[in-house]
Amino acid sequence: MRRTAPETARDYLPIAFPTAMLGIFFVIPFGIMVAVSFFKRVQGGFYEPSFTLANYGRFLSPFFGEVLAFSLGLAALVSVCCLCLGVPFTYRLTRMKRRHQVAWLIGLLGVLSLSEVIIGFAWSTLLSRTAGISNLFVWLGIMDKPVAWTPSFGAVLTGLIYQAFPYTVLVLFPAFSRLDPSLMEAARTLGASPVRAFFNVVLPAMRKTLLATFIIVFIFALGAYLLPQILGRPQHWTLSVLVTDQAVYQSNMPFAAAMAVFLVFASLALVTLSSMINRRGGVT
Amino acid sequence: MSGLVLTDITKRFGSVTAVDQISLEVPEGTFVCLLGPSGCGKTTLLRMIAGLEEPTSGDIHLNGSRLTDMPAHQRNLGMVFQSLALFPHLSVGENIAYPLKIRGGSRADCEARVTRLLDMVQLPGVADRSITQLSGGQRQRVAIARALAVSPQLFLLDEPLSALDAKLREAMQVELRQLQQHLGITTIVVTHDQREAMSMSDQIVVMSAGRIQQMAAPIDMYRRPANPFVADFLGQANILKVRSAEGGARISGGPVPGLGLAGAGERTMSVRPEDLKVQASEAGPIKATVSFVREMGASVELHLQAGDDRLIAVTPPHSDLCCRVGDTVSVTIPAEACVVFDETGA
Repeated sequence: MRRTAPETARDYLPIAFPTAMLGIFFVIPFGIMVAVSFFKRVQGGFYEPSFTLANYGRFLSPFFGEVLAFSLGLAALVSVCCLCLGVPFTYRLTRMKRRHQVAWLIGLLGVLSLSEVIIGFAWSTLLSRTAGISNLFVWLGIMDKPVAWTPSFGAVLTGLIYQAFPYTVLVLFPAFSRLDPSLMEAARTLGASPVRAFFNVVLPAMRKTLLATFIIVFIFALGAYLLPQILGRPQHWTLSVLVTDQAVYQSNMPFAAAMAVFLVFASLALVTLSSMINRRGGVT
Repeated sequence: MSGLVLTDITKRFGSVTAVDQISLEVPEGTFVCLLGPSGCGKTTLLRMIAGLEEPTSGDIHLNGSRLTDMPAHQRNLGMVFQSLALFPHLSVGENIAYPLKIRGGSRADCEARVTRLLDMVQLPGVADRSITQLSGGQRQRVAIARALAVSPQLFLLDEPLSALDAKLREAMQVELRQLQQHLGITTIVVTHDQREAMSMSDQIVVMSAGRIQQMAAPIDMYRRPANPFVADFLGQANILKVRSAEGGARISGGPVPGLGLAGAGERTMSVRPEDLKVQASEAGPIKATVSFVREMGASVELHLQAGDDRLIAVTPPHSDLCCRVGDTVSVTIPAEACVVFDETGA
């Protein structure tokens, strides 16, 4: 392999194709979106080129602030729930026999193959009054009569956690399987009960992975736009739903673009912030 | 009895018996090495003493109290792991103070104890460093200090020196032994390195296939191995078939005068390479051909073919003997150097 820096145009040839693809399918559309976010909307039509900050100005409304806060809060809650479920689950999983691990992982990958629409409608059926699991509870004598659990905030949260859980486990799994089991054993011989050892040793040793998982699930949940519509009421709609709503139903491309740009930068800011925290707190 | 007492300890993993009815007494204050090839059950035995594995049957007592059903974190012993298992997110001082903090030690007490422990392992002033800033040998010392932080009744080490280079390993062997003698703590070390076992321990326990082959003081075991496995595993040995003959016994290559055997059948015996007397003249009773010469610096190792037997002899480098491959020499096997095994011993 040559190690000198590329000099002539020909030396850059191997990376020309990927660069072109990235440019055509990512940079140019993103650039168009940024440009459109400064355009003016034409009533009854589409939009016309101009330079206005009016689309961004609409962010300053209390309504927009509420939606933003709700979106960030929901995404954070989904991440926290996924970690609370995923960490003990993955820890147990890595201590199982290889055969059982593979079976579980294939099952989780199966969930990933389901589309968001199918997941949404499956949960809305499961949580419905007429055909949902509350009927099962009535039959078992736990409840008096079937109730509708959807649309509600709980339903949105459940659907998002269900969808994000496989990602959580798949991100955590490699790190947990590399974790030296003797760390836990050492803590036990030094006098820590298994639970205490888990909190004192396993979690701190895993903190970078936990943060990375949190960010991935957070951004994943921030981008969800179907589940809140299927399983939630309008007050449970996230920023992504509003982007879809503005772009598809209200034909207000400039405002939708502005919101999308804002969402991208909010996500980027968050990733940067957490990696900075991680770098400062990290010992290794 | 004070000290560690194991009674009929058995451990099965499914259909595999890793440890097979082992009974062992380790008097208080002694240094014992569990020695054996990999897969002989020595690490499993140590882990059962530590409480990290549950014995399928049998009992463990330490200084009169029963440990068998006690969870690991209540056993109050110190263990050094093969991987050292230092906590990467804690500093050196925090690692050592971890067991003290769990037991509710105050901050000042912990700091004072950490300072004393670091002095003890000859690593003063590194309490604030990160584990990653230490060399392999330094980490080793930190792991030892952490294991000894609460002055445990029992000190367990699982292949503690295997990650160090040869020179450092030798130095640490001496240091570990001195530390143990200074503290008078009952210590059990698992190792597959027979030199390590020889140089450190009061008693060696040689294990094979889940059973104890022999337990003895190092030099006794070296001079009087109980069976061919022990003879071969602890140092080098010539394991030879021997039969009664007139005036003594004989191996396939020639006679061993003065060696009395009970019975007429074929027996197995062991003789150490340094006990063979090799001469260039025809004076010795066994004629042999040199098949290989290994110059070891401090000694010369000769591989000899005598009849059907391959003999290994170790001679001082300055002996007047100057052999090359193909030379014919004569060998004397002194009867007093031979250890003849019972027929069941194999």
